[in-house]
Amino acid sequence: MIHENVVCPFCGCLCDDIVVTTEDNQITDVKNACAISKSKFLNHHVNMLESALVDGKEVSMDEAVDRATEILSSADNPLIYGLSSTECEAQRHAIHLAELLGATIDQTASVCHGPTILGTQDAGCVKCTLGEVKNRADLIIYWGCNPAEAHIRHFRRYSVFPEGLFRKGRNEREVVVVDVRATASARIATTFVKTEPGTDFENISLMRAYLKGKRDSLPDELRDLVEKMKTCTFGIIFFGLGLTMSKGKHLNVDAALRLVRDLNEFTKFSITPMRGHYNVTGAGSTMAWVTGYPFSVNFALGYPLSNPGEFSAVDVLARKECDAALIIASDPAANFPAEAWKHLADIPTIVMDPKVSLTTRIAKVSIPVATAGIEAEGTAYRMDGIPLRLKKIVQTSRPSDAAVLTKMIEKVRA
Amino acid sequence: MIIRNGTVHDPANNINGEKMDIFVEKGKIVDESDLKDTREIDASGLLVMPGGVEIHTHIAGSKVNIARIMRPEDHRKDVVKKTQYRRSGTGYTVPTTFTIGYRYAEMGYTTVWEAATPPLGARHSHEELMDIPLVDKGIFTLMGSNYFVLKYTEEGEFEKLKNFVAWLLYATRGYAVKIVNPGGVENWKWGKNVNSLDDTVQNFNVTPREILKNLARAADELHLPHSIHIHCNNLGSPGNYAITKETIEMLAPYRRHITHIQFNSYAGEDWATFTSGGSDIAAVLNKSKNVTCDVGQVIFGDATTMTADGPWQHTLFKLSGNKWANSDVEMETGAGIVPYKFKKKNVVNAIQWSIGLEVLLLTKDPYKVFLTTDHPNAGPFYFYPHVMELLMSKKKREEMIEKVHPLVKERSALSSIDREYTLSDIAVVTRAGTAQALGMTAKGHLGAGADADISIYNFDEENIQKSFQKAAYTIKDGVIVVKDGNVVADYMGRTYILDVKADLSEEEKRIFSKYYTVQLANYPVEDAYLPRKEVVTCA
Repeated sequence: MIHENVVCPFCGCLCDDIVVTTEDNQITDVKNACAISKSKFLNHHVNMLESALVDGKEVSMDEAVDRATEILSSADNPLIYGLSSTECEAQRHAIHLAELLGATIDQTASVCHGPTILGTQDAGCVKCTLGEVKNRADLIIYWGCNPAEAHIRHFRRYSVFPEGLFRKGRNEREVVVVDVRATASARIATTFVKTEPGTDFENISLMRAYLKGKRDSLPDELRDLVEKMKTCTFGIIFFGLGLTMSKGKHLNVDAALRLVRDLNEFTKFSITPMRGHYNVTGAGSTMAWVTGYPFSVNFALGYPLSNPGEFSAVDVLARKECDAALIIASDPAANFPAEAWKHLADIPTIVMDPKVSLTTRIAKVSIPVATAGIEAEGTAYRMDGIPLRLKKIVQTSRPSDAAVLTKMIEKVRA
Repeated sequence: MIIRNGTVHDPANNINGEKMDIFVEKGKIVDESDLKDTREIDASGLLVMPGGVEIHTHIAGSKVNIARIMRPEDHRKDVVKKTQYRRSGTGYTVPTTFTIGYRYAEMGYTTVWEAATPPLGARHSHEELMDIPLVDKGIFTLMGSNYFVLKYTEEGEFEKLKNFVAWLLYATRGYAVKIVNPGGVENWKWGKNVNSLDDTVQNFNVTPREILKNLARAADELHLPHSIHIHCNNLGSPGNYAITKETIEMLAPYRRHITHIQFNSYAGEDWATFTSGGSDIAAVLNKSKNVTCDVGQVIFGDATTMTADGPWQHTLFKLSGNKWANSDVEMETGAGIVPYKFKKKNVVNAIQWSIGLEVLLLTKDPYKVFLTTDHPNAGPFYFYPHVMELLMSKKKREEMIEKVHPLVKERSALSSIDREYTLSDIAVVTRAGTAQALGMTAKGHLGAGADADISIYNFDEENIQKSFQKAAYTIKDGVIVVKDGNVVADYMGRTYILDVKADLSEEEKRIFSKYYTVQLANYPVEDAYLPRKEVVTCA
């Protein structure tokens, strides 16, 4: 069976032109996809969490959900974390569950583009959809990101190479890569600007001062870059963790957002974060429309309160403030600082995941779920905020994240 | 259900303050002879009206949610606790979805329309609507700078344009054609704008005048229940009442609704000479047919401005110095968001405040002018009761005028207006009139066959604002969802869509696949986002 227009549930590009072939409910071929996407589809059945587990012992799904709900209900200060690699319906239920439990809920933006959100809360954000870039941009800047290896089809679908309404191809676009080293992405750039690590805030601030006529001189490379930005017809900055997670964090992003604001006095200029997980944008969206805040929210008072640093998962764990945790579609044991994940191992942790992960290995309860976008449908938001419908292309007896969370909500309310 | 002995204001059925009973059976208003459910609400001494029908608000979708994300400072001061029937949430100017549903219902509103959805983000708007409980709802689809609309207007291909409009309403599950700063939003994609009805849109040899006329004709020929819904060019700028007047006049005889007309009723030449054009606009409304408007009444205090009018939002960013979000959408539209505070002692803000009231009071036929705050652009929707009080009481207006910038007395006719709204006038500008303009035949009245959407108030003419703030009862489809101002039921309303159906041509499909970044097959909003849909026939 051939499934067309499948939405890829891997990165924030959310490519929706994937053609997947299934035979006997197995994925046998994947077309149009990048190497990572292809691997995700073809290997989705590998390393599966085969059964529900409590204390490492196989149990029925119902028993696992019962146990999970007991743990969460009896906890004083539970934490719910993850969300960015599942569908919006599951995210909405997870927020509801957090509300009922008086829990803290956080999503993975907390450890990647959280500073982008903080920058936006301070300065706003002048952005556009990826098609605007394809159709209009004559200057494309990738700053502190490496799409050649992380968002593989970004160049081809959205920015550098495609034919757009007013830009016919690569030769009508100037591409600049700004980074601390010449990455694979730098190879496609017209100009590569190498910066010293930890100098983004300083560099961008200097560029802003120059742009506003408050500074006469700049290092040549930065001056040339500002002049390009000022004189292009439609410019865009795409930025990644090089900006958000290096020294300065949200201050770097804030400065970049303000630079783009300033540039709109001269020309048309936008800026868009290169979001990582395919539905991390959706996680921010659902949390915002249900609670008002896109991440790091606590319900202990019966209403939502947000404070990154206080209610962010890493901090809650490192301070050992939570006494139970529900991890949904994420693997914090693999990527959180040791003091944070060690606390996860010390408290009863529940994991909902299709696969075995480091976190399932330290979990008290593991609940195998359908893989969103392959075995379960739902909504996901692309890095530029465009919502698309994930498809179910493989049948499974495993419930979706949304279904498991619905059950937990019913049990908590009962 | 019998609502016994209430004082009923149902102006659409010429009932203006009569003591009578209302009968409800299976979610509909019925004649007494068809009643089986004999539970009673004693409405003696209470005011009974059809449920409120909101014609223009921003409650769901990408720009609203960008505003929520951008404004944590807005939420902290206005928190909503969970209860047995109610989800928690936050306000203030950009409330969370659940809170929006509750606050409308608490005020006695039962139908609300999200006024500006970018087609590519329609799925998002509908997904948020799924989390707005209690009220019926739907979306208007942005079309004023859509590529295909511009292309067919330029080429003079009206039938193709009409087909495309139908398809886009189908694909987005939209209810009406929304037009924002026609042509200007496309020009903003190059950092520019249009300033008159005859300016040319860059790369398209078309003018705002042509875009408006074509879409107005298409909406009429498709028999859409609501007219085109226009946010005029030059919004926010001194002297813009002239383009509003011209827009209303040149679109005759087509139906047209001018939205948040307060923002487009300014006289004067610059900010220093800023004056109300409200009287002139009311005069145009009084002599024109087939035209309706809503006012976008200014509420002093915090607002969050959000509109597809990207160039105006850039101007407002520069004027205010506040943070600024912009969000352009490929092939279709754009958006801008800027927090704003309306201040009583700011001369421009004070005159803006007076204009909405002027237009509401000087337009003779209440079926032509409706109460909105263009939530949250001119202020939050839950301040409607405050505006109702000002409309009903000259004394309250005089008290307010004394508190605002003194130049209002010279630059606005407001202080000279004696008219006081009756309760039936209020019922028209918040219910009967909006429902009629929207073509919602089962809303806005209490005749047999109408939806049993009813609001009941404990009305005290010395405390008008308080009376309308919290309904004694709000009844939705015959279900009591609010009692004594509190949400008492977990209920989900319906999403209204149209029965339009059209296909794209092969040429349109080719253009789509080339210049959009999503597959055409993934573009139309699926039924999964319409758990309770109500399909309206266009006839």
